[in-house]
Amino acid sequence: MSTAKLSSNADSGVIKLAELQKQAAVASAPFVMHAEDRAAIEHETHHYEDPRAASIEALKIVQKRHGWVPDGAIAQIGALLSVPASDVEGVATFYNLIFRKPVGRHVIKVCDSISCYLTGYDDVHRAFSDKLGIKLGQTTADGRFTLLPICCLGACDKGPVLMIDDDTHGNVAPDTIDQLLERYL
Amino acid sequence: MSAAKLSGDTHPLTYRIQPDLQPLDLQAYAAQDGYAALKKAIKELQPGDVTKLVKDANLRGRGGAGFPAGVKWSLVPMGADAPKNKYLVCNADEMEPGTFKDRLLMESVPHQLVEAMIVAAYAVQARVGYIFLRGEYVVAARNLNRAIVEAKQAGYLGAKVCGGDWGFELFVHTGAGRYICGEETALINSLEGRRANPRAKPPFPQIAGLWGKPTVVNNVETLCNVPHIVLRGAAWFQGLNQGKSKDAGTKLYGVSGRVKNPGCWELPMGTTAREILEVHGGGMKDGLKLKCWLPGGASTDFLLPEHLDLAMDFDTIAKAHSRMGTGLLTVVDDQQNIVSVVRNLEDFFARESCGWCTPCRDGLPWTHKLLQSLERGDGQSGDLEALEQMTRFLGPGKTFCAHAPGAMEPLQSALRFFRGEFEAGIAKPSAQVAA
Repeated sequence: MSTAKLSSNADSGVIKLAELQKQAAVASAPFVMHAEDRAAIEHETHHYEDPRAASIEALKIVQKRHGWVPDGAIAQIGALLSVPASDVEGVATFYNLIFRKPVGRHVIKVCDSISCYLTGYDDVHRAFSDKLGIKLGQTTADGRFTLLPICCLGACDKGPVLMIDDDTHGNVAPDTIDQLLERYL
Repeated sequence: MSAAKLSGDTHPLTYRIQPDLQPLDLQAYAAQDGYAALKKAIKELQPGDVTKLVKDANLRGRGGAGFPAGVKWSLVPMGADAPKNKYLVCNADEMEPGTFKDRLLMESVPHQLVEAMIVAAYAVQARVGYIFLRGEYVVAARNLNRAIVEAKQAGYLGAKVCGGDWGFELFVHTGAGRYICGEETALINSLEGRRANPRAKPPFPQIAGLWGKPTVVNNVETLCNVPHIVLRGAAWFQGLNQGKSKDAGTKLYGVSGRVKNPGCWELPMGTTAREILEVHGGGMKDGLKLKCWLPGGASTDFLLPEHLDLAMDFDTIAKAHSRMGTGLLTVVDDQQNIVSVVRNLEDFFARESCGWCTPCRDGLPWTHKLLQSLERGDGQSGDLEALEQMTRFLGPGKTFCAHAPGAMEPLQSALRFFRGEFEAGIAKPSAQVAA
């Protein structure tokens, strides 16, 4: 992976516009729930006295397929679980691992809690920001990475710690992030 | 973990953990007394006997509060008049900053937690159990789900546990973030598919919890002790502390921060903080000195180097005006500015407040802002007094849950021990005029 591909500023404006147009098109498209997802959500409801309990899992199932939870999914999950769409939206916006707007193909979650703060969080998250040209909470223009802060990941003996998608990486040093990012295309 | 082979007699929670930390499957777990406690409980003991054993063993909650597990269980309605549906929930939402013990237990010995939950559920006659697991613990989720499938195939879960007349189903319920889910009643709301706001107590969950039914919520480490108590007895458990403490059992202790060998170890309850830091953790990294330490998570009061010889147990640490919390030390070295450290902690608490109670929702961001300006060196006179006021307005009894009071613990102790560093953040009068 060349440096240019990750951090180029020259062509980012063009990509950004195209990407935004694509995102806008995606966001306004009517949402169709995949039959497999519908079945998976219905299966989840059987684990509980009240189907509402599957709401978080339902959001996660939709997010797994689409990368985020589109507007149209909220009402459909509500109908499936017999709860008002407003309640589903309330849940979706409460939990930080549910994304209500599009995110990059890979989500980097950098632990900013005390043990990682003491062992080098500032340097690590700044290295990511510099490398990717984005701040915490933003997505790269090419839609490849979203950078987020996250609370303690329970691996404090390996601080600084971060997650990329479902993988946890410990003892992260600023000079190792190039290698790390190359694994997520 | 140490490379030497540990014994179940002295290290019940971790002796089965393999050097490569790979999970034990059912066969490997069964070969080391796995599910022996469950078989014993079902065949030889009444549900009440199990609760009595746990009470006699003086097993105190390992999630941070230290409430006796047996007492918690004994509040659950039992007998023919009790509600038909009762629930057991494992709090596996490990998110207290500086805490990394439950992950180890769930990833490496998933069957231990599964067995523990079946035995605990038998004691309170729960019919369904949930492991409320934080969403980020994907390896733990995979290993636990695999263990549950194996346990079901072996007849340890299902309509007839071990062929008896009591049935129990167990599910892994993964979360989607938010620290507040670790609060017992917020966890129940989250499990019901709602926003994780805490509930008023009473009624306590043991009477009216999940869907209004009697519900026991226990931490992972707490539960994992249960099969060992059933198998080896209450007296054995009491003796595990080697006389170091009034509290029984072993404890998963650990240390993180800039130390030589950060990690997590199962040690006798009441082991001193000095032994954890210096013997197991290898001491501070070269060139660094210990400035202060959090005994067990972000929501515990700072202690000083002079407190290192205290026994790490609930009562001893409480006497030093802190809390043992989760028992995993976070050490702060002498190169750190305490104002920055506390600002980091309050940043966390402000972000993770669920917003239900006004003092917490508004007070924590305010606290964070005050600390930020002190950190930048442009604090104003009166800022320290405002912070001290926060520690009272956000203290115990002002909010539904312990989030805000917990947030105030590191702040109030830092103000007490390192007041000069906070005062140094107040801008000089001339600078204020210039600004």
